[in-house]
Amino acid sequence: MATRKCLQLLKNRRYLHTGPYFPGAQTTWTEKLSFVTKSSYAPIPVYRVMDRKGSIIDPSNDPNLPQETLLKMYKDMRTLNTLDKILYESQRQGRISFYMTNYGEEAIHVGSAAALDLEDVIYGQYREAGVLVWRGFALQQFIDQCYGNRDDLGKGRQMPVHYGAKHLNFVTISSPLSTQMPQAVGAAYALKGTGRVVVCYYGDGAASEGDAHAAFNFAATLECPVILFCRNNGYAISTPVKDQYRGDGVAARGPAYGIHTLRVDGNDIFAVYNATKLAKKYCLEESKPVVVEAMAYRLGHHSTSDDSTAYRSQEEVDQWATTDNPATKMKIYLMKKGLWSEDEEKKFLKETREAVMKAFTHGEKKLKPNWNECFKDVYKFMPEHIEKQMNEMKKHVDKYKKHYPIDQYEA
Amino acid sequence: MALNKICTVCLRQSKNELRVLHSLINKRHHFVYTPDVKSPVKGETQKMNMFQAINNTLDLALKQDETALVFGEDVAFGGVFRCTMGLQSKYGPGRVFNTPLCEQGIVGFAIGAANMGSTAIAEIQFADYIFPAFDQLVNEAAKMRYRSGGQYDCGKLTVRAPCGAVGHGGLYHSQSPEAYFAHTPGLKVVIPRGPIKAKGLLSACIRDPDPCIIFEPKTLYRAAVEEVPVDDFVLPIGRADVLLEGNNVTLIGWGTQVHVLLEVAQLAKEQLNVFCEVIDLVSILPWDKSTVCQSVKKTKRLLIAHEAPLTGGFGAELAATVQEECFLHLEAPVVRVTGFDTPFPHVFEPFYLPDKWRCLEAIRNMLEY
Repeated sequence: MATRKCLQLLKNRRYLHTGPYFPGAQTTWTEKLSFVTKSSYAPIPVYRVMDRKGSIIDPSNDPNLPQETLLKMYKDMRTLNTLDKILYESQRQGRISFYMTNYGEEAIHVGSAAALDLEDVIYGQYREAGVLVWRGFALQQFIDQCYGNRDDLGKGRQMPVHYGAKHLNFVTISSPLSTQMPQAVGAAYALKGTGRVVVCYYGDGAASEGDAHAAFNFAATLECPVILFCRNNGYAISTPVKDQYRGDGVAARGPAYGIHTLRVDGNDIFAVYNATKLAKKYCLEESKPVVVEAMAYRLGHHSTSDDSTAYRSQEEVDQWATTDNPATKMKIYLMKKGLWSEDEEKKFLKETREAVMKAFTHGEKKLKPNWNECFKDVYKFMPEHIEKQMNEMKKHVDKYKKHYPIDQYEA
Repeated sequence: MALNKICTVCLRQSKNELRVLHSLINKRHHFVYTPDVKSPVKGETQKMNMFQAINNTLDLALKQDETALVFGEDVAFGGVFRCTMGLQSKYGPGRVFNTPLCEQGIVGFAIGAANMGSTAIAEIQFADYIFPAFDQLVNEAAKMRYRSGGQYDCGKLTVRAPCGAVGHGGLYHSQSPEAYFAHTPGLKVVIPRGPIKAKGLLSACIRDPDPCIIFEPKTLYRAAVEEVPVDDFVLPIGRADVLLEGNNVTLIGWGTQVHVLLEVAQLAKEQLNVFCEVIDLVSILPWDKSTVCQSVKKTKRLLIAHEAPLTGGFGAELAATVQEECFLHLEAPVVRVTGFDTPFPHVFEPFYLPDKWRCLEAIRNMLEY
């Protein structure tokens, strides 16, 4: 009885002759049993505008940016390089406690930042200082943060390079990797319909965290205007990408979540610019996310606590530094266009070095914030129990002054 | 999910069967619910159980605040405990919506929305499943204002999570994880004992300028019924309630345990001629030290009871503070009657809980000390 009824029902259904109708996927049938593998698809190609010698390959890809924009892009990359050099060395001398350079990823920062508006909100990992340079974060502000002095916007509470600037819509960096990713998605949801997008930067290593999965999936299902921007520089501290993943990088995951995806040459500032521009346009028009994977190479050590020669050869680094360096590539482009010369370069580098040194000396001399800042901003209003602890510490410090470095802190 | 299925099964029963089932469930309760009779505000009241009071609070929040968002797993159809019933049809899928099944994503997403000024009311389906979001809550939500020097915060974030014993929840539908969060500067943690308290505390959490977690004892969703003010009102975070005054012993609990302690106080009076002062701590972080210490200085004896395990439970914090503040007043060691240092078991739940008999025996011993 039941069987007959079932067959009858099936006869009446149109879909008997069409595809499967499982709620979980819209697809077709196949009678051939075979694995879907990495090689079922071609790897996602890397979009580029310039070749390694700084020549535009297809003129239709040239963003044709105005001269002052081009020069600002280049100068910002070099400013970042200069800042990195001086702060890295200052850490080696023990003058600041920690530092992380941005060598090799300058074009990712500046190229993407140039394609955005200041109103667009940035969530970063820690190696995106160039975005701040582009947005106008002053040299003094970088240095004040690294010193944790009284003018640090973060009040000296976080380690160096954990920048944040509300006035520049740059959400304060935190050390736990990828936590900013679902946050950026939530921020984008809140900003839907306001004409602003959120850009979230993260590295190829961070993309392995559970939060990265959460972010991709939430961004897709909740349709958030967010650009999930991966800096794939080949290493997470010492871990090479072959130990990080076995798929086609991070970009290949985008379509698996139903997200439009771009893979670009991170050493090519115009490729990064064009990709970010397109991603932002799509985010706003469709109110949906985009995944961008910028391929690069981490030229510097992971941080000042790392010696990268322990896990990769100097030749490898040198090769990248000379043959495919993002700033050098743009320099050649500008020189070919007659917009830049070796003299201008020398003059600019000298001036920048002097400016950084001046800010550095100034920042070093500044007092640290009053030590009672240690107790503030835990909550909006200080609860009784924290106030009690602060008052106890005050009494203690008054009594044992000579054992605490109070002269280095504001009174 | 298992509990959800039980709920649906209950709903499908005929009325008669339902009554039978209901009485069975009631029999299994380890507490007798004592409703709040005093209304915290003037005005019209309505008989509501706790899930209805929470639903009413969310409704008011969504109505009054255009930036308010309510989201989590299965909240769109009304939630597995009915707390979000009817809200999506009233406020639209843009404001009340399902998320993918991913707790770290839910809290991370909520922090971001709150960063941009939205009022983010996130639901974690069971407090037992809040741990995947531990990193987002502890390292991110709690520290955002501090680490940015006050530039960024996620004060408009509220996380709701059903907690506590329910009779048959086993390991992963019964936990009381408040102590894990009590160790996190930057968070606020509250636990209501019934519908009025749930409404007042939830509205307080939603409006509070700091990230809040409200653990809702799930066994009270239906069991707790009282006259709840219909209008909007707020009850303070950080303030304990003295529910019953007494001179001989102070009993402190929160959530469902408060009702156990009220019954214990009654038994102590009848059987031991002992007058207990019963305090609902209400707020775990920050907690109301002055009310607790004032009471202990009067009664000179303190019993703390909570469902969560003993070691590292929030009772330890209370006990340590009380011995520090009330050392010269204490006439017996502070006693903690709690869940055991085991996972929360299924068939052994009656033997695991700090029920009225274990509490009463502890009072008896304390008096003989």
